[in-house]
Amino acid sequence: MLWSDIEKLNTFFEPWRELDRMRRELSRLTNNGRVDFPPVNVWTSPDNAVVTTEVPGIELKDLNISVSGNTLTLRGLRAGEGLQPDEVYHRKERWQGDFAKTIELPFIIESDKVEARYAKGVLYVSLPRAEAEKPRKIEVMT
Amino acid sequence: MQDMAVEGGKREAQASEKAERTRQRKAYLPDVDIIERKDDIVIMADMPGVDETSVSVTLEKNVLSINGKVDFDPPKEHRLAAHEYGVGDYERSFTLSSEIDRDRIQASVKNGMLRLVLPKAAAARPRTIQVIAEA
Repeated sequence: MLWSDIEKLNTFFEPWRELDRMRRELSRLTNNGRVDFPPVNVWTSPDNAVVTTEVPGIELKDLNISVSGNTLTLRGLRAGEGLQPDEVYHRKERWQGDFAKTIELPFIIESDKVEARYAKGVLYVSLPRAEAEKPRKIEVMT
Repeated sequence: MQDMAVEGGKREAQASEKAERTRQRKAYLPDVDIIERKDDIVIMADMPGVDETSVSVTLEKNVLSINGKVDFDPPKEHRLAAHEYGVGDYERSFTLSSEIDRDRIQASVKNGMLRLVLPKAAAARPRTIQVIAEA
């Protein structure tokens, strides 16, 4: 059974979704509500996946996107403000530092056809499923 | 902190008692850094999905409010498979001390980050007093 099949089942089988939601709630509690930077949302269809992530304040040149097999890796740097000796932080809530986050998809990615857009601090990556991996209909000879 | 709901790393903003929202969307508290410098105070707020046309900064009495509207269309014919953050508007307010020069507040947005520069009023700036030797 493929991961995508389980996904399809989910649509009809509500308790799965409910369990999944509870699992997410739990991991949120243990994580103190925080996820690894940057937070990502993943949208899937049988032949494509869309990954969106919020990386506000980051310049495009400080963002590195790579694809290998069925994984997408986002790397980047969100530098802090360099403070002068007489400057002081009153509040420091924004996450800063180097990050690397790997997202595993349920299929092999057609790396040549990956498209990425970056606007207003939101990154949008569209990842099509590899042609060779798509289900093919087999003709039965008589 | 206990009155804030946490969703996917974002804190949800609670509607204040005095004002109700006019949009049926969640609103989040943007994460902010506040730095005090010699001549000004800098506020940086993470508001991904917001640009100069969808952000507003208002100052009423001594309350500075930032507000950002986000419009997002989920990809068509796709299902949400993993959800680490919610998408919604942003709102947050700050109480300014009187030492800010209100007429010279500057605001700019780049890559979904709002940056406010609040210059200190001349009276509040540190001053060095020249000591003169008495004859």
